[in-house]
Amino acid sequence: MTSFRFRDDAEHDEPALAIESFLLDPEAGAVRLEPGDDARALLPALDRLRLVEVAFPTFRDGRGYSVARILREAGYAHELRAAGDVLLDQVVLLRRAGFDAFASRAPLDEARVTAALARFPYVYQKAADARTPVWALRHG
Amino acid sequence: MYRYDGYDQAIVDARVAEFRDQVERRLAGELTEDQFKPLRLMNGLYLQLHAYMLRLAVPYGTLSSAQMRVLADIARRYDRGYGHFTTRQNIQFNWIKLDDTPDILALLATHEMHAIQTSGNCIRNISSDQFAGAAADEIADPRPYAELLRQWSSMHPEFTYLPRKFKIAVIASDSDRAAMRLHDIGLLLKRNEAGALGFAVYVGGGQGRTPMVAPLIRDFVPEGELVSYLEACLRVYNRYGRRDNLYKARIKILIHEMGAERYAREVEAEYEGLRALALDPPAAELHRIQAMFAPPPFEAGLADTLDRSDPDFAVWADQQVHPHKQPGYASVTVSLKPVGGIPGDATADQMDVMADLAARYSHDELRVTHAQNIVLPHVRKADLFAVWQALDAADLAVPNLDLVSDIIACPGLDYCSLANARSIPVAQKIAERFADLDRQRDLGEVKLKISGCINACGHHHAGHIGILGVDRKGEENYQLSFGGSGAEDASLARIVGPGFSEDGVVDAVETALETYRSLRQPGERFLDTYRRVGLDPFKAAIYA
Repeated sequence: MTSFRFRDDAEHDEPALAIESFLLDPEAGAVRLEPGDDARALLPALDRLRLVEVAFPTFRDGRGYSVARILREAGYAHELRAAGDVLLDQVVLLRRAGFDAFASRAPLDEARVTAALARFPYVYQKAADARTPVWALRHG
Repeated sequence: MYRYDGYDQAIVDARVAEFRDQVERRLAGELTEDQFKPLRLMNGLYLQLHAYMLRLAVPYGTLSSAQMRVLADIARRYDRGYGHFTTRQNIQFNWIKLDDTPDILALLATHEMHAIQTSGNCIRNISSDQFAGAAADEIADPRPYAELLRQWSSMHPEFTYLPRKFKIAVIASDSDRAAMRLHDIGLLLKRNEAGALGFAVYVGGGQGRTPMVAPLIRDFVPEGELVSYLEACLRVYNRYGRRDNLYKARIKILIHEMGAERYAREVEAEYEGLRALALDPPAAELHRIQAMFAPPPFEAGLADTLDRSDPDFAVWADQQVHPHKQPGYASVTVSLKPVGGIPGDATADQMDVMADLAARYSHDELRVTHAQNIVLPHVRKADLFAVWQALDAADLAVPNLDLVSDIIACPGLDYCSLANARSIPVAQKIAERFADLDRQRDLGEVKLKISGCINACGHHHAGHIGILGVDRKGEENYQLSFGGSGAEDASLARIVGPGFSEDGVVDAVETALETYRSLRQPGERFLDTYRRVGLDPFKAAIYA
């Protein structure tokens, strides 16, 4: 497994619970979402959340991208980790959707990840990252 | 026409470099075929029966003559001298080598073209009305909105791994020439009571094995909130669309299962949150794009008359010429449906002829139609005769627009690995059976559409006459259906009865059209007569 983190804070060291267990445990700060889980069920517990791990059993299942944006739109600012079948060719979109950590089942080369993230000089749309869409660049 | 600025060019160039790297990693064995497949599909590369097929995007069907010449160049250098225009206004090349594709995409990028998202489970090329910017009945040119959506949907961070493919059409007149309601999202530009521009949004149409006509989900979305609203539509689909069964993964199934009203409520809830995020480009961006679609410098004061002294020209002009909003001008549809040909195919030389005609006579513009023909949108009426002569010399002047030989057909078993039966030979036999153009004209408008499997790429559900090829115990068998329409009176065709052999279905079509001739009332098309009298008289004649 290869892990990357695009955060400066210390890693939150707590096992991630399944959503049902997390919601029942008022002390828990880490949750793991499976593709069918409703990210919005976490919103009442946003204050205590420190780590959200989103499972990608296969890279082709794109529900996790909506999970990430929903949590970021709701103000969640702690670690958001994509875990599982996380591959080089999806990291750009995962970052844009709001993920700031990867835990990839297969080896991921750091230099290639860095190169992939630098590849597109501009983006067309506003998303959960800080990148400015070209329409904003065009019109100030 | 839209022109790339430095931002667009840099993004498309980066995409070419990315795909070059992906192809290299695939050839080096670093990517498995399973990992590579969605990547190549999202760059237009499809694996067919005999070779790779490369589908290039023609955004909203609009091409310059220089771009058309690039397509001819690709046909000559990388394919077998021809290309195939598709029902989504794109073009595909059927004999492409994997290791040539990065070079082809790089060549396209030098002419402001790409193959981004022409396949795969993502938002596909945005389609539109082939007469956009020329039709007298449009509220405004729909293409600036389509371009805005092209940019929004390209490499979208949330909607690139959807449950299934996603097709959007944008039109701006009550006459629907783009089969808008048979798309995942159909957008109809309109004015509200206050006179503001916005869109009626239809969601959940589609063909395939479960055809649906899209229901109206919102009567009016202001033009400045279109992106936010579409984000909401897509997010509900991305979260709840089925991923357990490939055949139930389109948004039409989600809406059918949850109901249009509940889907609309879910979208409204998302929209409330998303519109606060200022996701829409400012009006200045729409205006920037609209400026590039400003009408070409038409000559004023031209006569609206036509010299009809050549009878062959008069026949062609009556069939192929569409009224233009500018007096003295017309839009020409170039038929890619010659008798014996493959519907939608054009040779490299024919592409060059059309490019030359566009440069000389049509303000440098061409359009691809969803019925797989080409349009020269802005031709002076005084030039029509010269255009006709040049087309005729290139075997492009068949006057059969909307007649029975103007067939939409999928590539079928001749090319496609999904197909159960051949489509092209059936289209050719029908065109040959009705080769007499006087007979075709007498039969009037007949939209005949052929698919070689239930995925319905040949739009058979939307055919006045639809033909579906199936495999029955190892034999090709053809089911006939009547009563479909992809126009503003959208409807789905109904199966007539037991299927036919290849020759049998040609006979059945002929019997049906002769039955129509005996039953029709003045002014009725085949579709109108069918809708009035129902299936029974046709069925009785066909199975007699």
